[in-house]
Amino acid sequence: MNAIVKSPFAWLLKREYWEERRGLLWSQVTVAGILIVLSIFGIIAAEVARVRMGGDIHIVSGGDLSQALQNAASHNSEGLAQAVGGMMWTFGLFAGVVLSFKLFFYLLGALYEDRKDRSILFWKSLPISDTATVLSKVVTAILVMPVIAVVVALAGFLGEMIVASIWFAAHGLNPFTLLWAHATPWASWLHMLATIPINAVWALPTIGWLLLWSAAVRGKPLLWAVMIPVVAGVLNSWIALLGLPHVNIQFFWSNLVARPLLSVIPGSWVTDYVAQQGGTINIQPGNISGIDAHLGSYAAMYHMFLTPNMWIGAAVGIALIAAAIWFRRWRDEV
Amino acid sequence: MNVAAEAFAERPAISPAAGSESVVHARALTKRYKNTVALDGADFEVGSGRIVGLIGPNGAGKTTALKAILGLTDFEGDLSVLGMDPRRQRPQLMRDVCFIADVATLPRWIRVNEAVDFVAGVHPRFDRAKCERFLARTKLQANQRVREMSKGMIVQLHLAIVMAIDARLLVLDEPTLGLDILYRKQFYQSLLEDYFDENKTILITTHQVEEVEHILTDLMFIRDGKIALATTMDEMGARFAEVLVNPDQAEAARALNPIDERAAVFGKSIFLYNSADPEQLARLGEVKRPSVSDLFVAIMKGTYA
Repeated sequence: MNAIVKSPFAWLLKREYWEERRGLLWSQVTVAGILIVLSIFGIIAAEVARVRMGGDIHIVSGGDLSQALQNAASHNSEGLAQAVGGMMWTFGLFAGVVLSFKLFFYLLGALYEDRKDRSILFWKSLPISDTATVLSKVVTAILVMPVIAVVVALAGFLGEMIVASIWFAAHGLNPFTLLWAHATPWASWLHMLATIPINAVWALPTIGWLLLWSAAVRGKPLLWAVMIPVVAGVLNSWIALLGLPHVNIQFFWSNLVARPLLSVIPGSWVTDYVAQQGGTINIQPGNISGIDAHLGSYAAMYHMFLTPNMWIGAAVGIALIAAAIWFRRWRDEV
Repeated sequence: MNVAAEAFAERPAISPAAGSESVVHARALTKRYKNTVALDGADFEVGSGRIVGLIGPNGAGKTTALKAILGLTDFEGDLSVLGMDPRRQRPQLMRDVCFIADVATLPRWIRVNEAVDFVAGVHPRFDRAKCERFLARTKLQANQRVREMSKGMIVQLHLAIVMAIDARLLVLDEPTLGLDILYRKQFYQSLLEDYFDENKTILITTHQVEEVEHILTDLMFIRDGKIALATTMDEMGARFAEVLVNPDQAEAARALNPIDERAAVFGKSIFLYNSADPEQLARLGEVKRPSVSDLFVAIMKGTYA
């Protein structure tokens, strides 16, 4: 263990963490914090309303706030448990959104920014292979950043539970029997952890595509990485419109445009999974159980590893990463 | 090619680094870019335990030569550095080779302690205690970021790290560009006092020739991708001479084939000779050893014309 922690590769990961600390950790903490602050605002608003209405605010089916909470707790414990579980998924969802953006721009800059500011000349003065350097960026993207996101989501959930507990206690309700007994975040949380390997393999084509442009271009990696597939997609659709031979439009957009650009979005393989089941997903606001159901079973999730889309994408991704390593070897400052 | 450069072309441009093994060995080193030839069959040798100045005008191929030595660029021809091919064995090579490529290449986000920790973690030849001793002499704070430092402080940090690495070859590419005089003097002073010994070799490129002149043991001039002159400083003193000649002796001075003539005060001229007879020169006027910059200017004449 000690040998692993002290290996040069571990230092490369640590370097990525130091450099990206703000993006990796603090953006996640900020978003989780905002969610908690918003819920505190909600509680304050409810309390202020209660006081203004002279303790006679009617929620849904009558009764005051304390009573409403009491009712919810005693008559609808299943609903309460679901709400608590949903809270975990809400934190997970926001962490996932932040992670998607961070990953995309991290990968685009990973092999470009140090060429731009010439610090590549410092990194290259050390006995580290370019393969190790590029792989440290890949591991940061598929492991370090998602683990941080999932851990912060859990911390945010626990913070939210503490806020809710204080609120319950202030109304004379026992938060331990009412809230924490129903708190089954662990199952949801373990599911989030369990998606990390699937997300990782699924994301390889996007990781490879973004790193390739990051390592290769002399400027504007974002433009190259995005314009090439999008323009190709538009051209293909246009050729189709003219009735000339073309690649299937649906196939082109989903496999040659979305896959290299959007596969870093955690859980984006769900669309592919659902499409294979011949269904469509229909996510309604406030109801994420549609996704939940598909993420609900480990067997269903890991079924993704039996699909060709997963493995063809992974093979292409690995080839692109190899190309990025080659460019890293021979390109220097921009 | 001017007369002076031609005069050297027939000599093998190899510095005779007195009996020591060679650290860098280049034969017919060539690098072509799309429209230009940066290195045009350069031959040179860098001996162990030497401090070599690689000096040339802008665009002469200095940086390309250094990049080839450091394995940062592809090339044609033969090049071995410490017996290794820098193209194929770069990671191993970098255990024994260090470089500082101008002033501002430390990443701006890194802190002093992070930089030291990182290099200690990845470099097998790094001596942390030594680095901390060097840092203790500066005003750098452990948690200070590079972006909060002046250029001079950045160089102090970089130098403290590099000097704590027991490398065999140190490559410095314009290491003091943009620094004030105090930091520049301190930079070379530290290198001589705390770093250089007979097992180490330093290869420097710089525009500020006057500053390195007194520490160099060897000199290489590069022009149009070729080595125009390679000599030890001792040999240079024996081979080149500068004479301050009165106007009445000027014709006699010209008859001895000077490689350069330039005007001095009171109508006098300064003539520069390559391998001329010292006794004959003494009869013309006051003889002295030319400065590297005067020799450089004489040999590079017509470069920008």
